[in-house]
Amino acid sequence: MCILESNLRPSTVLIQAIEITKRFGELCAVDQVSLTVNCGEIVGLVGADGAGKTTTLRLICGALKLDAGQIRIGGYDIQQQTEEARAQIGYLPQRFSLYEELTVMENIRFFAEARGVQREEWLPRCLDILKFVGLAAFTERLAGKLSGGMKQKLGLAAALVHSPKVLLLDEPTTGVDPVTRQDFWQLIIRLAAQEQTAILVSTPYMDEASRCHRIHFMREGKIFIEGTPANLKASLSGSILEVRGEPLPLLRQLALEEPGVLNAQRFGDRLHLRVIAGKSTEISAALQKRAKQAGGKITALHWVEAQLEDVFIALLEDERRGRSHSR
Amino acid sequence: MDEVIRVEGLTKRFGDFTAVDQVSFTVQRGEVIGYLGPNGSGKTTTIRMLLGLLLPSEGKAWVLGYDIWRQSEAIRRQCGYMSQKFSLYHDLTVEENLRFYGGVYGVGEEIQIQATLERVGLAAQRQTMVSALATGWKQRLALAIAIVHRPQLLFLDEPTSGVDPTARRAFWDLIYELVHEGVTALVTTHYMDEAEYCGKVGVMRDGKLLALDTPEQLKKQVLRGLAYDLFATPLIEALSFLEASPLPLRVGLSGDHLRVILPKEVEPSCLLAELQQAGYGEARIEPVEASLEDVFLALSGK
Repeated sequence: MCILESNLRPSTVLIQAIEITKRFGELCAVDQVSLTVNCGEIVGLVGADGAGKTTTLRLICGALKLDAGQIRIGGYDIQQQTEEARAQIGYLPQRFSLYEELTVMENIRFFAEARGVQREEWLPRCLDILKFVGLAAFTERLAGKLSGGMKQKLGLAAALVHSPKVLLLDEPTTGVDPVTRQDFWQLIIRLAAQEQTAILVSTPYMDEASRCHRIHFMREGKIFIEGTPANLKASLSGSILEVRGEPLPLLRQLALEEPGVLNAQRFGDRLHLRVIAGKSTEISAALQKRAKQAGGKITALHWVEAQLEDVFIALLEDERRGRSHSR
Repeated sequence: MDEVIRVEGLTKRFGDFTAVDQVSFTVQRGEVIGYLGPNGSGKTTTIRMLLGLLLPSEGKAWVLGYDIWRQSEAIRRQCGYMSQKFSLYHDLTVEENLRFYGGVYGVGEEIQIQATLERVGLAAQRQTMVSALATGWKQRLALAIAIVHRPQLLFLDEPTSGVDPTARRAFWDLIYELVHEGVTALVTTHYMDEAEYCGKVGVMRDGKLLALDTPEQLKKQVLRGLAYDLFATPLIEALSFLEASPLPLRVGLSGDHLRVILPKEVEPSCLLAELQQAGYGEARIEPVEASLEDVFLALSGK
């Protein structure tokens, strides 16, 4: 049993990957990745296409063989105790296949039976799960006639039909609109909070990453940083300055020339400057003055909370600087 | 001419279905407009009409001063289009792809091909096979193809999906450079990560344009309240409690906490007091900056 309400006892680790590695020929797709997901926790695997997210998920669900390392699912070793480990896992791949010519109910029954759900159990379980994802009213509809968002929900239902303790989601909301994404995430958060499911979700999007309890940023097969969204953002606290005014290209140029400004990024009608912490007042004053001299105008200049995107870029830049220093 | 797009009551029906319903807006030169909306909300149909690929059922529109009813060829000559599902020839090099597409647009001069490669930062990869390029570089090549004929207006459909923030920023730096030179960009997207880069954002739903303004104005006008992060356990019970409370305009789950929109006149401490009375002793509430997603959900009636 796992206790989340109390912080006194350690939570149960349901996914544990220890220095897992997978090579495809010359390419090291996953390079000594370690991660854990506790029950009731949503952990994000965040990175670009080709960073190694999908390979990591496939290794964790046992679809690919490890070259090195170890994976434990609810205590079972995925290589030694594959059956027991897999029984704990629900997996929603990026391109899941539904039987378009079968109804919603027929699809879910198929997945239930394939997952070994007993005859007397499948109907109440399927009804439960369809109700949970909001498809209870559509049991007789052909899967091929569902909207994109509803297909996604049916995919989730199929992954949940055997009540897994571990849920792996590979870019579950790529290509769906913000409202559908919001609905989908309400379901995921409920699963974690109510069923204590351990959820590992991959995404290239920061707006999605910010909904996870913890994030692992992944790049070139490696995890290069992890933390909670709040901690990651706090690491840049007091170093993001928002500037509004015009002309923005000029203001950006001036900002980049200013010592203490590490980076200047335009977002639509504003700039975000990353500055050395503690230099705020100096930089603000200098920039106001130089903008005026150069014929520009700053209408607003204030601190903002860092976004995950700022954190990602800052970490990468620091790493690169570190690398070039050590050369 | 500073008005690049003028749309008046544009409507498109397919049988009984109204895909685009009385849409009106204008776009000025050098603007970057984001166009957000669910699949099937009419974004693509609108763009197809603006490019003169589809005739409207009703309404008027001018693109770069040309009438979409009568001058669609002139429009297309001066517009660039980068689709999310751009097709590149994987067994050709970067340069060969651009030459091929340049030819389609009637751009034969090698100097312009090379200048375009320079401009998107692909000069060093000109001999690389497209199949060997990472997603971010393919997106740059797709942009090169869209701008090789030096269009004044660019349509971009989820141009930076699937790349990390570094590649996304580099791509947007290119867009802003073009914009600085007077190009106008219209970006359709599902992602807030992309919408944040736009100077103005329009939200479409069921064929209607619900709002079009700067992110700042949208947050002020549409939201009718302020955003807060609320921490309380157990989370789901706290959500149910707040959903039953008349105070919030919206409550939703957001990771390990709740996102709450409260009317401006409601003090967050009132909500906190309610929660504490109901037994959520440790609850706390923090003001946060509203996101475009909050705006989007508000417009969608969520």
